[in-house]
Amino acid sequence: MIEVERLTKHYGPVTAIKDVSFSVAPGQIVGFLGPNGAGKSTTMRILSCFMPASSGSARVAGHDVFRESLEVRRRIGYLPENVPLYTEMRVGPYLEFVAEVKGVSRSDRRRRVADVMDRCRVDDVQNRLIGTLSKGYRQRVGLAQAIVSDPEVLILDEPTIGLDPRQITEIRSLIKSLAGQHTVILSTHILPEVSMVCSGVIIINKGAVVAQGPIDSLVDQFFPTARVEVEIVGPPPAVRDRIRGISGVLSVEDQMVANGAARYVVEAARGRDVRAEIFKLAAQQQWDLLELRRVGMTLEEVFIRIVAGEEGGEAGAAAAEAGA
Amino acid sequence: MKIWPIFKKEMRLYATSPIAYVVFFIFLVVMGWFFSQILNYFAMASMRSAMNPSMGRDLNVTESVMRPLFGNISVILVLALMPFLTMRLLAEERQTGTIELLLTYPVRDWEVLLGKYLAVFGLYTVLIALTLLYPLMLAYFARLEWGTVLSGYLGLLLMGSSFLAVGLFASSLTVSQIVAAAWTFGILLLLWVIGWGADTLGGTWGKVLQHLSTMEHNDNFAKGVLDTKDVLYYVNLTLLALFLAYRSVEARRWKG
Repeated sequence: MIEVERLTKHYGPVTAIKDVSFSVAPGQIVGFLGPNGAGKSTTMRILSCFMPASSGSARVAGHDVFRESLEVRRRIGYLPENVPLYTEMRVGPYLEFVAEVKGVSRSDRRRRVADVMDRCRVDDVQNRLIGTLSKGYRQRVGLAQAIVSDPEVLILDEPTIGLDPRQITEIRSLIKSLAGQHTVILSTHILPEVSMVCSGVIIINKGAVVAQGPIDSLVDQFFPTARVEVEIVGPPPAVRDRIRGISGVLSVEDQMVANGAARYVVEAARGRDVRAEIFKLAAQQQWDLLELRRVGMTLEEVFIRIVAGEEGGEAGAAAAEAGA
Repeated sequence: MKIWPIFKKEMRLYATSPIAYVVFFIFLVVMGWFFSQILNYFAMASMRSAMNPSMGRDLNVTESVMRPLFGNISVILVLALMPFLTMRLLAEERQTGTIELLLTYPVRDWEVLLGKYLAVFGLYTVLIALTLLYPLMLAYFARLEWGTVLSGYLGLLLMGSSFLAVGLFASSLTVSQIVAAAWTFGILLLLWVIGWGADTLGGTWGKVLQHLSTMEHNDNFAKGVLDTKDVLYYVNLTLLALFLAYRSVEARRWKG
């Protein structure tokens, strides 16, 4: 549904994105992740046909964003980062204007507008000037204008930014409900949001895609180990050595010691569950086992590892260059 | 064709923001003042010529009241006030960021521009139409040459169309409405007085300057002289400004 190939955009001497490539399958909700200034908004502006790329190509809903821009624009709904709306218009007439410009037929228009006002829960403010609305309502009006023509593809730039927790939950469930009929690409830097809403993720850093795929496979890819946390009362060096002796264990780290109890993080090969063996070991050695649990990797760790890894790599490269 | 929804949207925005009301108010107050003064002057001249009939030969209400009135509308009001109507057309959208949504809707850039242009031109036509009250009042008391009056109005519409197009172009250049208004006023003022250099320059270039001057073309309409070169001048200026506005919007897209 969205295919991006080697997309590059320069603003004068600044390169905002470089050789960005990814694709999104129909009906998916994909999170577009990255630190501030990574090029998320630039990519979305190109996908939404607001501006052309310097080089590379992008196809949205089967059409090229540059050569068949109008065809693409008929099939997308776009919510820019700062939710720019006409503050001097009222909500109802504004949505009717958008519906008309987006080519919703006259007979459907009233019904569509009523429908999106209901879905985005803005029907109670339909006669208010947009400028007088709270941030949460504006965001929802922005979302309403994006979906009013029932587009195939939705491009949402930070749809939950600046909302209170209850509103965030509402917007998230609204976006989730769009999966299936719509293909959604949404940018955010709130990581839990991605795991909650999206089926896949694209991570971008410094203008380049550094990872993409389903969230689980990304976690596997970047953490090829199974991690177990144990708390044991026993002599730390002995405990460490014995646990390391279990087959499949790659490393053991003790984290903190208090009242004779120590916490260990055990990394084992992927697919290897060492909990039973640790339990037996403790019983056999008559150590008190206080806690034993498997730790799941979060997207947050993946993200930090990727972004930090990138930075380390670049710093190294820069140092090497300086040395030469 | 998506010109119509854009046109309606712009009209709606003019209706809710104060600027159009302020411009209308000032225009009508100042116009009323001009009209009453010009009419007073004419009434006094008529009175004097009643004592001395030989003076009355040249008295003509169309020539003495409507022609200066058209002159005043065009210089002081259209030139000074129109920048305030056109300044927001694109600059405001750029300032508030709404242009990002507008230009990603399935509507061509020229449709956006034309919708906006026609909206402000519609507003201008209404404004000018309100001054029809003055010739109607005159016609009640005196015999008016309607052909000349209509030609004067045609001149105002043509001149307005070109001025508004220049305003639209200026508004496409900047994110600041004030800057857009200043550009518009500056360009129009220069075009207005550029003919003053014609005499000193002389020759072909003098003729060129004279032809470029809006003042030169405007007075002919007020006199009741319809000349294709005057009509073409305004039409060309309109088309040129609209074309430049179109290219400017396009160029802005590339800059991002």
